[in-house]
Amino acid sequence: MSARRHRSYAAHLGHRLSGLALAVFLPLHFLALGLALEGADTFDRFLSFAELPLVKAAEWGLVVFLGLHLFFGLRLLVVEFLPWSSDADDRAGLIGWGTAGALVLGGIFLWGVI
Amino acid sequence: MSDTVQTPTAEPGGSGIKTLEVQIWRGGAEGAFETFSVPRRDNQTVLDVVTEVQRHHVPDLAYRFACRVGVCGSCAMTVNGTPRWTCRTHVGKVAGDGKLSIAPLRNLPVIRDLVTDMGEFFDKWTKAGGKFTGTRSRAEPMAEVDPTSRARRNADAGIECINCAVCYSACDVVSWDKDYLGPAALNRAWTLLNDSRHAAQNETLAAATAHGGCGSCHTQGSCMRACPVGISPTRSIAGIKRMSLLDFLGMRRS
Repeated sequence: MSARRHRSYAAHLGHRLSGLALAVFLPLHFLALGLALEGADTFDRFLSFAELPLVKAAEWGLVVFLGLHLFFGLRLLVVEFLPWSSDADDRAGLIGWGTAGALVLGGIFLWGVI
Repeated sequence: MSDTVQTPTAEPGGSGIKTLEVQIWRGGAEGAFETFSVPRRDNQTVLDVVTEVQRHHVPDLAYRFACRVGVCGSCAMTVNGTPRWTCRTHVGKVAGDGKLSIAPLRNLPVIRDLVTDMGEFFDKWTKAGGKFTGTRSRAEPMAEVDPTSRARRNADAGIECINCAVCYSACDVVSWDKDYLGPAALNRAWTLLNDSRHAAQNETLAAATAHGGCGSCHTQGSCMRACPVGISPTRSIAGIKRMSLLDFLGMRRS
């Protein structure tokens, strides 16, 4: 449906899908924390697995998703709780800034990896 | 109305298309698109195209219209995938390639062809607390309303809604959640919540924030972009969310 072709709808999708990705990631995160409690050997094996390039790429994706979820969520709070300057002012401009912010976070992650 | 047939001409400054390929939904929910060839005319609206198809191709085509000038809101249909008032949509604006797809409004049960049953749409308008409850009888003086107050300006921003259901059709949340009251009903609730003459403020806020109310809105913003009169239900719904939070915190201004 062409009524969906606008930035705010894309931001809606980005916010929800990144949230889902983070929700799927959280159990793995807790698993890693649990392994750290079980012993050094198990945790070291997990850390060596985490060093695989494909896993690093997935981690980069998660960092970007985290940034998207954070910044798009902040935009929603601005839209819903701050006054609007006009009827058309759903802060669509913040979507570009949020995307850029998420990519910067991804860049910082890459900087640390490489 | 006269059934005059003008000479097909290209739109001045347009693409030179002389014939439109028009797909129109026929049947009920399980129907299909039927294709017609319609002459392209100057200053032709999508409603003109539908009328021409009904007069010259399929006399039993069901569609709804009344004023033809964007006042009644009854001719809304899905044009090339977007809900619009067909009377106020020029063909040149939506069919640059000479192709038109005309379907009934989304999110409403199809009665036949281009006509939808708007019963649930109006039922939700009431369910959202949209009924005005006055405090004065006609024997009493008229209520004084300050047109410059913030509340009145909020109400004025949404008051011109004519319930054409274009926003309801544009909203994906309505498709996903049949209990969702929809943008128009919540916009109506917001205008009442800002109307100092409305006595049932708490009842309207409770209705607009109940299951299927403002909390179900995902702030996609399709409603405000589709509204033919430029109303922003997204803004109205955000207003209800803000008001409900202030009410919860005991900080709502009466």
